[in-house]
Amino acid sequence: MNWFDFVLRNRGEVLERSVEHVGLVGASMGIALLIGLPLGIALVRREKLQRWVLGGANIVQTIPSLALFGFLIPVPWIGGVGASTAIVALALYALLPILRNTCTGIAGVDPAVIEAARGMGMTPRQMLWQVQLPLAAPVLLAGIRVATVISIGVATIAAAIGAGGLGVFIFRGVAMVNNQVILAGAIPAAVLAVAADLALGAFQRSLASR
Amino acid sequence: MAELSDAMQSSYVLQIRGLTYRLPSGATLVSGLNLEVGRGQTLVLLGKSGSGKTTTLKLINRLLEPTEGEILVSGRTTTSWDPIRLRRGIGYVIQDAGLFPHWSVERNVALVPRLEQWPEERIRRRVKEMLDLVGLPADDFAKRRPSELSGGQKQRVGVARALAADPPILLMDEPFGALDPVTRAELQREFQALVARLEKTIVFVTHDVREALFLGTRIALLNHGRLVGNYLPREFVEASEPEVRAFAASLEPGEGSGLAQ
Repeated sequence: MNWFDFVLRNRGEVLERSVEHVGLVGASMGIALLIGLPLGIALVRREKLQRWVLGGANIVQTIPSLALFGFLIPVPWIGGVGASTAIVALALYALLPILRNTCTGIAGVDPAVIEAARGMGMTPRQMLWQVQLPLAAPVLLAGIRVATVISIGVATIAAAIGAGGLGVFIFRGVAMVNNQVILAGAIPAAVLAVAADLALGAFQRSLASR
Repeated sequence: MAELSDAMQSSYVLQIRGLTYRLPSGATLVSGLNLEVGRGQTLVLLGKSGSGKTTTLKLINRLLEPTEGEILVSGRTTTSWDPIRLRRGIGYVIQDAGLFPHWSVERNVALVPRLEQWPEERIRRRVKEMLDLVGLPADDFAKRRPSELSGGQKQRVGVARALAADPPILLMDEPFGALDPVTRAELQREFQALVARLEKTIVFVTHDVREALFLGTRIALLNHGRLVGNYLPREFVEASEPEVRAFAASLEPGEGSGLAQ
């Protein structure tokens, strides 16, 4: 029996796990964006604080993912075994690229443009929404793209703490010493990552060329 | 007499009194500056880089806050104005134009009218009028992006944008400084004609003596944040202060190399 037949016969579960996987990544990216974008914007003008926060996010990034999942299990409210813990861990990983690119993207806007915007009487809010964010959008999106691809990969490990997703096949295959089962998780995860990268890359180019 | 002097004062659109600006580090960029600009006049702030001329400009529209002294715009101190309202009533043109690269020429020019929530139809007419005024026909230029313009054209759009909401005062920070000599001369000539027609009160920063003499109703020479003197153009060329002579020397053949002496 080849791999393709295996996946076909188990297409129900492959699909179910893929949906779980996308759900884990989607939820964690949503949280990371909700925290990362406003925090990044708030940090643009606070250089000292920015170094600390980015440093902190950097340290989180260096924690091996399996260890981070493990660390979070005993934490009250967000911890425990299951999807919510995995989502928190994935969001923490996604935070660094989003934060960093929000800061560098906004800081990279031509100072002459900012000076003109202030000098012409735009309020800080108008400057942010009409000038800084649109001009930083390609850089911001690059961060979101990196974060998404990382999340899709790391989310396979979430199965270790019972969060589901395509990692379920991988762990099961490792336990069964069965490559077909491993690949039933690994290949769809890789396809998801490549698809997300291509789609966000195309979107990023369309923004940059505007 | 007091009444007369009050009346005299109110004829100034812009008054600068004892203006000092100090950085938190203690460095003084502008020191005890006193200047007035009457309606329809062009005051040129002339000086070397670091003389405090751009700082003075930014103090007028409150991009910076005075450390000491005050600036009166239309008889009111700038600190009593809401800074956003103040800035929308003062046109601002900078060296690199500072056009929004993600907006069309049309949208750039419409900036302040749209912030002021003019009706769309009025904005549309005004933008066309402004583009015609600066010699960029709307049919050809309105839809272009700033990246599709030459340096001179960008600066024209910058002027159109600054004039769009019809502010009584215009601040210009070396607006023609980055242009080639031919384009610069062309824009200076057109700008002078424009100013004569529009009766704007202008503060114009430059380090170019020729430009100062050509455009200025008065020339205020700054050196290390202090006012050296406030001259009519014809007084300037004859003034004896060494700082003035140093600038006037750049008018001589040999371009201020010192060899002319």
